Amino acid sequence: MDIAALLTSLAAVGALATVLATLLVVADRWLHVVEDPRIDNVEAMLPHTNCGACGYPGCRAFAEVLVSGVEPPAKCSVSAPPDHARIAAYLGVDVGVQEKRVARLACAGGNNVARNRAHYQGHKSCAAAALVAGGGKSCFWGCLGLADCEVACDFDAIEMSPSQLPVVDEDRCTACGDCVQACPKDLFSIHEVSHRLWVACSSLANGDEVLEECEVGCTACGRCASDAPNLIEMKNGLPVVDYQKGSLSADATQRCPTGAIVWIDETKGIVKGNAAKKVIRQGEMRDTAT
Amino acid sequence: MSAGVTDLFGSKTFAHGIHPPDSKDDTRGLPIQQFQFAPLLVVPLSQHIGKPALPIVGEGAEVTRGQCIAEADGFMSVPIHAPATGLIRRIALSPAINGKMEPAFFLEPFPASTQEVIEGTPCDIDSASPETIIAAVQQTGVVGLGGAGFPTHAKLKIPDGKFIDTLLINGAECEPYLTTDHRVMLEHADDVMKGIPYLMRATGATQTVIAVESNKVDAADRLRAAVPIGAPITVEVLPVKYPQGAEKMLTAAVLGREVPSGGLPLDVHVVCVNVGTTAELGKLLPHAMGLHERIITVGGPAVKKKGNYRIPIGTTLRFILDAVGTEDDLSTVIMGGPMMGNAASSLDIPITKGTAGVIAYSQRDTGKMISRKEYPCIRCAYCVDACPLFLNPSQLGLLASQNKHDAMVEEFNLMDCFECGCCTFVCPSHIPLVQKFRIAKRAIRKAKANE
Repeated sequence: MDIAALLTSLAAVGALATVLATLLVVADRWLHVVEDPRIDNVEAMLPHTNCGACGYPGCRAFAEVLVSGVEPPAKCSVSAPPDHARIAAYLGVDVGVQEKRVARLACAGGNNVARNRAHYQGHKSCAAAALVAGGGKSCFWGCLGLADCEVACDFDAIEMSPSQLPVVDEDRCTACGDCVQACPKDLFSIHEVSHRLWVACSSLANGDEVLEECEVGCTACGRCASDAPNLIEMKNGLPVVDYQKGSLSADATQRCPTGAIVWIDETKGIVKGNAAKKVIRQGEMRDTAT
Repeated sequence: MSAGVTDLFGSKTFAHGIHPPDSKDDTRGLPIQQFQFAPLLVVPLSQHIGKPALPIVGEGAEVTRGQCIAEADGFMSVPIHAPATGLIRRIALSPAINGKMEPAFFLEPFPASTQEVIEGTPCDIDSASPETIIAAVQQTGVVGLGGAGFPTHAKLKIPDGKFIDTLLINGAECEPYLTTDHRVMLEHADDVMKGIPYLMRATGATQTVIAVESNKVDAADRLRAAVPIGAPITVEVLPVKYPQGAEKMLTAAVLGREVPSGGLPLDVHVVCVNVGTTAELGKLLPHAMGLHERIITVGGPAVKKKGNYRIPIGTTLRFILDAVGTEDDLSTVIMGGPMMGNAASSLDIPITKGTAGVIAYSQRDTGKMISRKEYPCIRCAYCVDACPLFLNPSQLGLLASQNKHDAMVEEFNLMDCFECGCCTFVCPSHIPLVQKFRIAKRAIRKAKANE
């Protein structure tokens, strides 16, 4: 083989490599994006669930605002307080206070208290049932019980009760809002855990119309509003609690005849007022006469 | 008639599509009958696409049949007319077929009334401008009677810079069971011919094609005989295929023009109006009356007195089914046709302007459907061959189960899907494809509204 040809090609490739390497070095110098190295470290300390409960699109985006000091570490509702403390110590900031928030369901109409007027037999999903004339529930506002929220929850915080009503585990709930999106009847909303006075009904119907459909619906009698006049106002046949005003107590629930307004106790769970009609039935209710 | 024989009558059609059993034999020979008045009519304020109408009479008002009781709220809305002479008992929420509670008039007809229909001052077709005719069409309260409920006058308003050369009258009636358009063409061909000049004048179209499927050749003959001498109206007979009655499919079948993705037939200079709508306009416009009743096929295996009935708007399903009689094991009631209609969750739902059929099935008929188990997609591509819009339902279905809505819209054109259900009909794995697409579309619209 001709040694000269070998040398020429070696020199050509070597020259090309040098030029490209120079370009890369220049590019690295000029186009370098300075990023705070703490962002990577903080992101590593976050739970990597990308749930969005903090209000930012994913853990990386939240890490960026943590480093910039806009939000306190406690804003992450997924990680536990020790994790918050670790991030606070690393960044040298205050942990901050963020009251725990949870998803609350504005319906109590399981199949033991609420009637069906039709049997939905299609694709097993609340969203599909809602598209077929609103689903089979008599109450057009009520929970369809096909567990779209249970499927949507990434944290196993929602479990369907034996009467086909979702039950939120307050400890596991991170307030990410996936169930709010999943529910076709818009029954879920995110609330501070201290909002323990809760209206568990969304029906805009009044009086006997409600009772024909559901034993625990709000009949719009207005007793709760007259017992807590500053706190509760009747709007469109439903009590609306103004959580900004005054301190909450279970007093307003006491005279509710159906138990549509409840007190969600930290240890005892859902507590109805003394006047609420007791629900004894465990099995499914019979259908509305058609 | 078998599909093979009927295809000989015409060769123009669109690509893809399916051949569901047409099940029209029970009612196609039955003349249209007037239906009695229910003791209570429930007339929703929103029976059309667009803003609900605004009530102009209150509770306790006495109204006359055909009187305007709610005004159109803007251009994308139509007025509502009283379906009977009677008393407005109340205005309250009533269940609607779309699954919502909608405000509605509860109207109690006077039993002793002669039920004369109120008439207005008609516009003169020879001197009226297109705008005047469009306004007159809006005043009749007519919407697409085929099922979608799109306000007809809004269809006739041609945006600046666009022009129309052809008016397409849709007499395909490709949905199984439904025979209302068939009966209208046979019995009211004259009304169709009276309606066409209004539509042509409003849109500026120079020719009219009436498209009829070959299972209705008698209707095509009747229409041909009714065409006024010298009128630029032709009648085309097309082979039977579903969903030929969809306006994009019909435009492709009759004129060979493809409507662009995301576009309307007016992008290819066509306006497509249902034949029943045309006949209703031909009946109402010369007297400036309002739409107060409509023709509905009441059929299906569970109905005893099947037929085509002229039913006052607002009659509840319960009253209709009681009057015609049903089998004891009534199981499912569908409003509209079985392919694109919606199952009713309550018999208190009233029929509206968009209801073309009430189809009832008994337990025996639905038992087979319900036992269908869903299996995984085997990539047979039957759905791809069936989709009249050349979408890929198989891939869309897989993306839907992963909630990848963005990819469905951007890469696979989900928004072109008009939910004809061909993909679900042919799927050997019984995958509820069209249901998944409807869920996805709803989720996308909800997300857009939240932004």
